[in-house]
Amino acid sequence: MAQIGERVVVEREHFPDLLAALRAEGHRLIGPTVRDGAIVHAEIQGVEDLPAGWTSEQEAGTYRLRRRDDGALFGYAAGPQSWKQSFFAPAARLWHGRLEGGKFLVLEEDRAPPRLALVGARACDLAALAIHDRIFLGERYVDPDYAERRRGAFVVAVQCGTPGGTCFCASMGTGPRVRYGFDLALTELLEGRHRFVVEVGSEAGAALLGRVAHVPADEGDARDADTVVEIAAGRMGRALRAEGVRDVLLRNLEHPRWEEVAGRCLACANCTLVCPTCFCATVEDTTDLAGAEAERVRRWDSCFTLDHSHLHGGPVRTSIKSRYRQWLTHKVASWIDQFGMSGCVGCGRCITWCPVGIDLTEEVAAIRAGTEPQEVR
Amino acid sequence: MSAVASGPWTPTPLPIRGVTRETRDTFTFALDAPADGFRFAPGQFNMLYVFGVGEVPISVSGDPARPERLLHTVRAVGAVTRAMCALRRGKSIGVRGPFGHGWPLDEARGRDVLVVAGGLGLAPLRPAIYHLLRHRERYGRVAILYGARSPGELLYRRELERWCARREVEARVIVDRAGPGWAGPVGAVPSLLARVKVPPGSTVAMVCGPEVMMRFTVRDLERLGVARERIFVSLERDMKCGLGLCGHCQLGPHFVCKDGPVLRYDRVAELIHVREV
Amino acid sequence: MERIESLLRKHPFLSGLSDEEIRFLAGCAANRRFSPGDLLFREGDEASAFYLLREGRVALEVNVPGRGPLQLQSCGEGEVVGWAWLFPPYRWQLDARAVEPVAALAFDGRCLREKMEQDHDLGYALAKLMLYEVYQRLLNVRLQRLDLYGNEP
Repeated sequence: MAQIGERVVVEREHFPDLLAALRAEGHRLIGPTVRDGAIVHAEIQGVEDLPAGWTSEQEAGTYRLRRRDDGALFGYAAGPQSWKQSFFAPAARLWHGRLEGGKFLVLEEDRAPPRLALVGARACDLAALAIHDRIFLGERYVDPDYAERRRGAFVVAVQCGTPGGTCFCASMGTGPRVRYGFDLALTELLEGRHRFVVEVGSEAGAALLGRVAHVPADEGDARDADTVVEIAAGRMGRALRAEGVRDVLLRNLEHPRWEEVAGRCLACANCTLVCPTCFCATVEDTTDLAGAEAERVRRWDSCFTLDHSHLHGGPVRTSIKSRYRQWLTHKVASWIDQFGMSGCVGCGRCITWCPVGIDLTEEVAAIRAGTEPQEVR
Repeated sequence: MSAVASGPWTPTPLPIRGVTRETRDTFTFALDAPADGFRFAPGQFNMLYVFGVGEVPISVSGDPARPERLLHTVRAVGAVTRAMCALRRGKSIGVRGPFGHGWPLDEARGRDVLVVAGGLGLAPLRPAIYHLLRHRERYGRVAILYGARSPGELLYRRELERWCARREVEARVIVDRAGPGWAGPVGAVPSLLARVKVPPGSTVAMVCGPEVMMRFTVRDLERLGVARERIFVSLERDMKCGLGLCGHCQLGPHFVCKDGPVLRYDRVAELIHVREV
Repeated sequence: MERIESLLRKHPFLSGLSDEEIRFLAGCAANRRFSPGDLLFREGDEASAFYLLREGRVALEVNVPGRGPLQLQSCGEGEVVGWAWLFPPYRWQLDARAVEPVAALAFDGRCLREKMEQDHDLGYALAKLMLYEVYQRLLNVRLQRLDLYGNEP
């Protein structure tokens, strides 16, 4: 059996067996597929559902699918979805109860979500997953719904070969190389034979590999695989100077740039929906018509909504300026105080999916420029 | 099906033992604690759930040394609290908690303690007052200053009278406005600071009330020389979970539900003055 | 300097002072302009100026999270705004916001305090003017607070 850290080569023709083996083990495959003009994450049955030969062109406020001139299965950059919704469910029932004679009973929640296999997770998204693991599992209170969904999940990661126009994982130190959080990590090679260099990340990964035809990777394969990622690191669409960004933002809460970006921001909340690390939630308490049964459901929420900061009859953050400021300062500054790491993984989704093309790398740079002494030439 | 409370999101229904009307719109609920008692630190809060209506954060307002009874003082201002204030003995309220950081009672040992409360702000401070009185020898001077809108809006009137009568603490009560039947001080709470000794070097101040009242009070405490590191305020923000998971209660980098609600003033002084943070 | 002096002489607040006293104070004063929405000062900031308003209106506000900024009082042409520079810890207690284009004579707080210490006669004269202003304001605040126009007792 292969060792953790070992690299093997799986030919394209054998790749379907990898997915079939995961399904045979009882995993539900969640992977990329083309739908509604985008590469989304959905339940897939096998290789036939993957976006073979597709890539995306991304810029601020723009996403277009384009055909590639090869049959790459993973030749695209981050689409509108991350893996957030697989474990931090958009809607999750927290508990339900029943009224009996003026007193109420809380009924046990039967949690039995399917075990998932994520196919095609990028470094940025695995960094985001690690952040969510920290928030939902690693702090004082463990979220039972997240814990159940996360348990037994298998991760097939992909080393990025095609970064997009809005990617900046290299700046954030989260990619493009996948370094942790995976059972198997694939690098897709297209020169010559279409094949995958597969790195084993865990015992479960090694065991699964035992069911797929493979040979050890030689030096050439390893070098080719490393080159893919090296090239990707140099082709980032954006950059963000992360050093000192916490102080730059938290010490400039009244910077005029906030007013300026507020003139463009629609508070549509797209950025928070596509962001892989956003975790704000709200709760809905409902009853049946007779008022005898009640339940509480947790739903995704966004700091861009007026309700998010409701206090004593009104929102604390009424203006769009204050809500945009809250989002950005939380994401790249306060998060560091709260969890010891940035909340931004450089996936670029918020830039791509903002209808007016607001680019947070530009916003951060603008606030820096307005506060730091200019370089002497 | 059994009634099992498991996981931090799930409430434990506790029966209401008694309801005391404090003012026109404010009630104190006494809930029967579970068998081994409900232990909490003064300043902590619970998320209280009214069946089918919703959940709100309410500070514990009872005596930490008497964990068999769980007390909460609630004002009927919104949908959930109005529904709650209609409940009577025999009904249940769902409880999750206790959550948050409480008052610095250990830190204040050996020091003079100043408690300043405005309006409903006396409720989260009452457990601290009980503690200070029970362990009086651990502290220097203890002064309790409390203000409300009018005599009819004073909380815990009988207890207030007892505290005012005690010699080992200095308790003063003031109201914003009063009719001729009131013989006590009339004015704003910070004005009471002039009547107590506040040795700046050693005083620890614990302040709770409407945010503006706290800001004005802190300004006066600073004028008297009390260091920001020894002033503690109890803040409020929207809360949906109490667990640090829903993101709603953030004030800058602080989660009011877990870093607070009691926060040391120097940590929030800058943030509190930026509008809409 | 001459221009500042003549503006000071014209301002109603200082109308009781002599030319010599005005000249002495002018060293602490400067002309300032604010656009609508500008803050003259903000709660929590270091209190360093005393404003004599020449044109335009300024709102004194306190910000309440969840309710927004509440206007407590406004000051206009011929009036003065800002007292916290007089007393330690010299920190503003309220926000002051220009609601119209504002032209003001701004005294540097520390400079003014020092001059009042240096010349006690002048200091006393100014203090009387300030005390009267504050006394008037206090009476008005009492009246405002009685909330006589509503039905509630």
